[in-house]
Amino acid sequence: MLQSTAVPIPIEDIDTDQIIPARFLKATSREGFGENLFRDWRYSKGDVPNPDFILNNPTYQGQILVAGKNFGCGSSREHAAWSIYDAGFKVVVSSFFADIFKGNALNNGLLPVTVSPAFLDGMFKSIEQNPNATFTVSLEDQTIRNDSTGATFSFDINAYKKMCLLNGYDDIDFLLSLKDKIAAFEKQQVIY
Amino acid sequence: MGKTLFDKIWDAHVVHTLEGGTDVLYIDKHFIHEVTSPQAFDGLRKRHIQVFRPNQTVATADHNVPTINQHLPINDPLSRHQVETLTRNCEAFGVPLYGLGHPYQGIVHVIGPELGITKPGMTIVCGDSHTSTHGAFGAIAFGIGTSQVEQVLSSQCVLQAKPMKMRISVEGQLKEGVLSKDIILYIISKLTASGGTGYFVEYAGSAIRSLSMEARMTICNMSIEMGARGGMIAPDETTFAYVKGREFAPQGPAYEEALAYWQTLYTDEDAHFDAEYVFDAADIEPMITYGTNPGMGIGITGHIPGMDEVENKVNYEKSLHYMGLDPGQELLGKRIEHVFIGSCTNSRIEDLRLVAEFLQGKTKSDHVQAMIIPGSKQVELQARREGLDKIFEAAGFFLREPGCSACLGMNEDKIPAGEYCVSTSNRNFEGRQGPGARTMLASPLTAAACAIAGKIVDVREYLN
Repeated sequence: MLQSTAVPIPIEDIDTDQIIPARFLKATSREGFGENLFRDWRYSKGDVPNPDFILNNPTYQGQILVAGKNFGCGSSREHAAWSIYDAGFKVVVSSFFADIFKGNALNNGLLPVTVSPAFLDGMFKSIEQNPNATFTVSLEDQTIRNDSTGATFSFDINAYKKMCLLNGYDDIDFLLSLKDKIAAFEKQQVIY
Repeated sequence: MGKTLFDKIWDAHVVHTLEGGTDVLYIDKHFIHEVTSPQAFDGLRKRHIQVFRPNQTVATADHNVPTINQHLPINDPLSRHQVETLTRNCEAFGVPLYGLGHPYQGIVHVIGPELGITKPGMTIVCGDSHTSTHGAFGAIAFGIGTSQVEQVLSSQCVLQAKPMKMRISVEGQLKEGVLSKDIILYIISKLTASGGTGYFVEYAGSAIRSLSMEARMTICNMSIEMGARGGMIAPDETTFAYVKGREFAPQGPAYEEALAYWQTLYTDEDAHFDAEYVFDAADIEPMITYGTNPGMGIGITGHIPGMDEVENKVNYEKSLHYMGLDPGQELLGKRIEHVFIGSCTNSRIEDLRLVAEFLQGKTKSDHVQAMIIPGSKQVELQARREGLDKIFEAAGFFLREPGCSACLGMNEDKIPAGEYCVSTSNRNFEGRQGPGARTMLASPLTAAACAIAGKIVDVREYLN
């Protein structure tokens, strides 16, 4: 269960090149990408913070990022999920996620919550009226509540991924446990 | 009920199914490159495990590499470190590497097909969204994140829910001057940048069948630009003829055996698709994009939509403001400063031949910078053998060395802020070709014609 204020970016089709531009993908570790999250929107020329961009506005804080539909489209770079998580977000809400981004987020403990367009609109409106508006996300119940209006939305999540997130399980541990089955599969498989 | 091509291949690769529908999918071939693999190898080290099937992974350096003087050390220390890390990881874990200086080096989605590594019926993944390219062979190929790269390295499998299926048919004959790049830009402009999300696409129809393998790759390559996980085309005689005799293709009796299997790879007549679209090839003209996602494209003679024609006005205004364009504007005659011919979408030998043939006897406009980046060392060598480099030079173009280059601007090849680039690549996102760069996606022929004119032109006016 997470209750938090949220940071709204009401733009559609935000691609992973905006979330983290390619020139910042040169690191060989997973850490430190948060400072370049939305780099070219956050900073103008000469690395001057752009005061109009929401992440530079101290009024808006929180562990929930709320964005327009088709969030995370484009490049498969997992660095996009790493940078959002590294910047302190635990949940991303949109009416629609790009497939690869959604998988990458789930593999890194960042929960993508898909809500209806109407519920998303309600979230944007509540934050506009009160930047301290809170939202409550329960992974266990698969619900998100707009605490200002009381509206609740039940979201879908893959059952296996939910189990992994709740229990801290790891895909690779699971796959390694299947090694014998994989080796048996290979015996009957012909690769040309 | 019959099966789709996609179902046939997917079902043949399921090792195990989890409750809730996620499959453990066996991966026949895994490509890696320097940008999305280092953290995956680190993961193996932390777990003290080896690569499960090192010979089913192939590595190359492409995203970060310079496109001139590749024989010298890489200038940028971060890029150099990343490329060297790949070399070290491949050595330590026994993964075959076609690194800088190797005759097989190149963009990962160019080398797989040209070396015969990519074959019909395979499952192929890579930490790169344009892995969909390999679907042109009738393979299931899709991009994955680094956590999944680690899954494949450690188990040769990925955990993946089966996507929905979509068929897009293009029927009829293409008009003169219209290339496969125009077909896919047209399709994306109709379906939008998110219209394929949740789906795996099969491209079909007589116009698709008539295309060469390289042209088919261009179509499948951009499937991800409408949000689809991948795109594929059923293998046929064109496919078999292309694969036969390549370095890693089966030879002799093994080829015949493979061929017998490949010939079973088609969608049954009574198979079901979750979504279906049919387009008429005659409706497609040379395309160009005007906005900041690949769905924002128009026929070259058209007008940018007016404010009253778009749903999300805030997004649209932001996009056109970035591009320095006005709603309702026509693009013909718009001055441009750069032309980029390259990327995993359009950097193969056929693309270069087409451009060379067009450029013969012409020279680029003085104010245009024109780069041609071959997709691989093999493409570069072939172009030089055929004397294409001389034609490019005479026309004021410069044939460089292979890599992803200005498609994503990770190396020095960037478009300066505010300037316009007609590009054969796949993404016109803000800043994609460099901070502030303004990208207009088009076919190699349209890009070449725009370089000659120094402005946006209709290539058909230059054809006899």
